Amino acid sequence: MATQLIQIDKIQDDDWVIIDLPVIEVEIKKQAGKVVQFKLTGEAYPTSEQIEKTVIPASGNIILPLQVYAKNKARLAERLNKGEIGIWLLTHEEIEKYIASEEEINQFSIIAIKTEKFADGRIFSIAARIRNKFRFTHDLRAIGDVLKDQLYFLKRVGFSSYVIREDRNADEALEALYDFSDPYQGAFDLKEPVWRRKKRK
Amino acid sequence: MYKYDDIDQTIVDERVAQYEDQLNRYLKKQLTDEEFRPLRLQNGLYIQRHAPMLRIAIPYGLLSSTQLRKLAEIADKYDRGYGHFSTRQNLQLNWPKLEDTPNILRELASVQMHAIQTSGNCVRNITTDQFSGITPDEIIDPRHIAEILRQWSTFHPEFALLPRKFKIAVTGSRKDRALVQAHDIGLEFFLDETNKIVVKVWVGGGLGRTPILGSVINEKLEWQHILTYCEAILRVYNLYGRRDNSFKARIKILVKALGIDKFKALVEEEWQYIKDGPNTITEAELSRIKAFFTEPAYKTNLDSNLESHQNEKAFTQWLTRCTHAHKKQGYRAVTLSLKPTYTAPGDASSDQMRAVADMADDYSFGELRVSHEQNLILADVQEDKLYELWQKAKTLSLATPNVGLLTDIICCPGGDFCSLANAKSIPIAESIQAVFDDMDYLHDIGDINLNISGCMNACGHHHVGHIGILGVDKNDTEWYQVTLGGNQGNFASIGKVIGPSFSAEQMPAVIRKIIDVYISVRQDDEAFIDCVHRVGIEPFKNTIYQETAH
Repeated sequence: MATQLIQIDKIQDDDWVIIDLPVIEVEIKKQAGKVVQFKLTGEAYPTSEQIEKTVIPASGNIILPLQVYAKNKARLAERLNKGEIGIWLLTHEEIEKYIASEEEINQFSIIAIKTEKFADGRIFSIAARIRNKFRFTHDLRAIGDVLKDQLYFLKRVGFSSYVIREDRNADEALEALYDFSDPYQGAFDLKEPVWRRKKRK
Repeated sequence: MYKYDDIDQTIVDERVAQYEDQLNRYLKKQLTDEEFRPLRLQNGLYIQRHAPMLRIAIPYGLLSSTQLRKLAEIADKYDRGYGHFSTRQNLQLNWPKLEDTPNILRELASVQMHAIQTSGNCVRNITTDQFSGITPDEIIDPRHIAEILRQWSTFHPEFALLPRKFKIAVTGSRKDRALVQAHDIGLEFFLDETNKIVVKVWVGGGLGRTPILGSVINEKLEWQHILTYCEAILRVYNLYGRRDNSFKARIKILVKALGIDKFKALVEEEWQYIKDGPNTITEAELSRIKAFFTEPAYKTNLDSNLESHQNEKAFTQWLTRCTHAHKKQGYRAVTLSLKPTYTAPGDASSDQMRAVADMADDYSFGELRVSHEQNLILADVQEDKLYELWQKAKTLSLATPNVGLLTDIICCPGGDFCSLANAKSIPIAESIQAVFDDMDYLHDIGDINLNISGCMNACGHHHVGHIGILGVDKNDTEWYQVTLGGNQGNFASIGKVIGPSFSAEQMPAVIRKIIDVYISVRQDDEAFIDCVHRVGIEPFKNTIYQETAH
């Protein structure tokens, strides 16, 4: 199968395995027309049963769900040092709750952010925060509902790799990294706004 | 006004190519309706009741005569020969074809225009005072910062897919004509005690389904930090704003849920990581932008000939209602009313657009402005040319002397055009204008804002109308709810609902009764809004519901 991974600006084979949470049927109770499990932003979080039942492979480069990592921190320490561990989080999970410092976050070789819906723009601000506030310097990957039309923005806020949704052509998506040649505002890729980068009339 | 350099031009050109690719993929079914939706919306393209609607950006309402001629040409070539100026100071085309939209954008790009971010859940067109740069009560010209904000917000990578739309307004005058308190972010410029430019930042205001006036998040922000501060506000909103219910997704709901103190704490926390960073505005950049807004070559020692026409009542009425004081002696700003009876408020034909472009060239240095009241403004007209201009404007039906009067109605396109609307709004405006056709009586009634929205989305700003009318749907029939006492400006307030709604046929009579009550209870020359605030809504309510069996 052709790889869907774009690393920086090229299609590459993926040497990381994303570990998913097991699917466990939960009855979602409705109450007065509102789903009980919902928080302020209205999304479900991984349940403790899902976290418990996630199978962690004994070797290889793996990207674990944030909360599964947090739960198994102690026994993953050695593999973390070897650079075999990454984490992934959903756009409504707060990494700050589990990872305390700049030093700790930079122990991960990779962090992936999973957007469940194309229109969910939180992925951009989470990335900006991970890069600005935690000064994360390693691979930051976009996964989930990732299509051509987010790529340019994803690149600008600090992503370095992207897994294009399976049913779409990654080669075509690649073109979008070059949609604009000289953006106005400073962001993660080009730190300075255009009026600092270029001489303008 | 601001002129594009190669960098600006490249961005709009690249945008046309990007959009064309998106449209082609959609037409080839490589993008689903759901996936194409946010993409087309960020380009101002709606799929509407009859045809797509395309909203063209007019940054902070400023247009050149060349641009207006191009808009007229586009309206003829791709639409039905007219356009609708909106309350966001933009222009909407109601009948373009989907396949034509890339060509329309290409034509717009040729005159430094676009449709970027005129819709969708992103930062929209920055709006400001239509009298910027010329009004005597101005402290700081807000267009400089509006342009800096326009560039910063254009394709900002972090804020393309927000929970909901985001509107920023800027003012720099003593009298706020930009409705800053009714915006997601409102920026009010002033000078501090040491004469430094500072900004009062309002957040979380908005009309729509839940009308709320903004809260002050920063009393005195140094202007250099505007971009990073707005970025911190938007980041907090993007992360924590609700996405489960689009009716609760605006920033105002988040600010209200958290309270302004908690919200502010989150913003300050985010801000410390970007404050003083590369997006901090420099003096050099501000001066570069300022240089685009220098004063035109005003004449001095002009003779006024206004006295020679002081006995012509029609002219003096127009002079009172349709011209605005200018900071330069011998000049005035002229409002060309787009509100004659029997025309949808804000509509202009392509012939009118061309004629206004000519007038802008002949009388106002080739520039004009669009106001959020949906009128066109020639900002720099010599007083000794006013009579001549008035005569020309009259022949084009652009001189109805009703600016600020009851028939200067703010109105959304409503159920005739918009698929969101619950009810028609334009025919209501027309039926009211038809009843109040006596200009002397209108002048006697005086200043009054009547705003009509066809649905909760409040594009017609009904909450801040002295009289507000909201179209509602009851069992598939159209009804109209009336509010009184709303107000815009420094003393902004949200109108109160007077009671059960009315049918379309009842509306002219209801407005007539409101005016009758006002005339009977007003003291001396007390304005309508002051009168409503003094006596409350009771006298109005009693008269209307006593006599209008519902």
